[in-house]
Amino acid sequence: MSAHKIELTVNGTARTAEVESRLLLVHLLREVFRLTGTHIGCDTTHCGACTVLLDGKPVKSCTVLAVQASGRQVMTVEGLEQAGKLHPIQEGFTEKHGLQCGYCTPGMMMTGFALLARNRKPTEQEIREAISGNLCRCTGYVNIVKAVQHAAERLQQGA
Amino acid sequence: MIPSAFDYHAPATLPEAVALLARYGDGAKVLSGGQSLLPLLKLRLGQAAHLVDIGRIPGLEYVKEEGKMLRIGGCTRESALEESDVVRTRYPILLDTARVIADPLVRNRATVGGNLAHGDPGNDHPATMLALGAQVVAVGPKGERVIPVDQFFVGLFTTALQPDEILTEIRIPAPPPRSGGAYVKLERKVGDYATAAAAAQLTLSASGAVEQVGIGLTNVGVTPIRATAAEAHLRGKKPDAAAIGEAARLAGQACSPRADRRGTVEYKREMARVMTMRALRKAVERAGGK
Repeated sequence: MSAHKIELTVNGTARTAEVESRLLLVHLLREVFRLTGTHIGCDTTHCGACTVLLDGKPVKSCTVLAVQASGRQVMTVEGLEQAGKLHPIQEGFTEKHGLQCGYCTPGMMMTGFALLARNRKPTEQEIREAISGNLCRCTGYVNIVKAVQHAAERLQQGA
Repeated sequence: MIPSAFDYHAPATLPEAVALLARYGDGAKVLSGGQSLLPLLKLRLGQAAHLVDIGRIPGLEYVKEEGKMLRIGGCTRESALEESDVVRTRYPILLDTARVIADPLVRNRATVGGNLAHGDPGNDHPATMLALGAQVVAVGPKGERVIPVDQFFVGLFTTALQPDEILTEIRIPAPPPRSGGAYVKLERKVGDYATAAAAAQLTLSASGAVEQVGIGLTNVGVTPIRATAAEAHLRGKKPDAAAIGEAARLAGQACSPRADRRGTVEYKREMARVMTMRALRKAVERAGGK
């Protein structure tokens, strides 16, 4: 067993931690940094509830070691709101009722955020493909797609 | 779920990584994207005393055509294949394959080298690499060696790689004119392993006959399978419905699936036939034959 001192940026803030090799990124975020917005769902790389951005790309944080994130940029759902103002992707999920129980929502929003960062005007098909690694078990995906579309429109308007 | 304890090593160079593997032998595993290895360790289906992370070694992520070869760095992410212009325009079979591996989030981490080195017959690249006649480059204590992909998959989760070797590159011969390829997968849902899948790559002659053909099958045996009888049947023939139909039947015969929740032996064999037929049709179409 080995312990490692890691340094990473989380939501724009430099953080350090002393971690065991086997600590998963999701546990680092939730239990060490107390950023509990990132959820643990299936814990087997299927559901996407634990999605965070690693160097800007959405990944399943239950399947990344904390040590692998050392020196990298991590963004969690807590990083979306800026100066008390919801990000358009959060506004979209509110406006379009993009959730029921809310468990998948942080992951859905991170994936949606990353999609809109590289594609300002995604088609419905592109949105559906982008969120195909994020499972919602409440309602289906109709309102989730609408929420991402809403965010895309708001971003195009310069929100 | 938490894996059992291990030591984590992050070598900065390939020689350092190889030295670590040589030192720890069977107790060490290579960590690349981690999308197969970490779930195995978490579920405690596998154990390793040492993980050697090759993800921090520079120069292992690239996709480039060079000297009549497509070269893919071992640590190239699946998402990088999807975004690669040369893949999109020249190797549609690779784009087909990358797009159906797991899901987009997994593909942001998963690597092409890992997909092969894991030796899982359910993984998608092996069949495609068999169809393409790829070569696998491995680096070990004695230097580099090139392994034809036909000799790479030895058994269930077992490849020709030695415990102290690292897969550093995949080489694919650039397709001559009038070539086409396709990968067709039957899956129950996004992210599932194939019930059955087929890769087909072929080159047509000026008269429209099949000059070269490779056919690989996914998840219908303990290793990925090359459907050699099906290939032999097609060679020299016009790829019409009868020839493709018979080749697909032979591919179905070549597999030895196991019954599980994805289906019975008969069903999987039949699906291997159907997937082969569809892959061949698409490959012919992409090669510019009707």
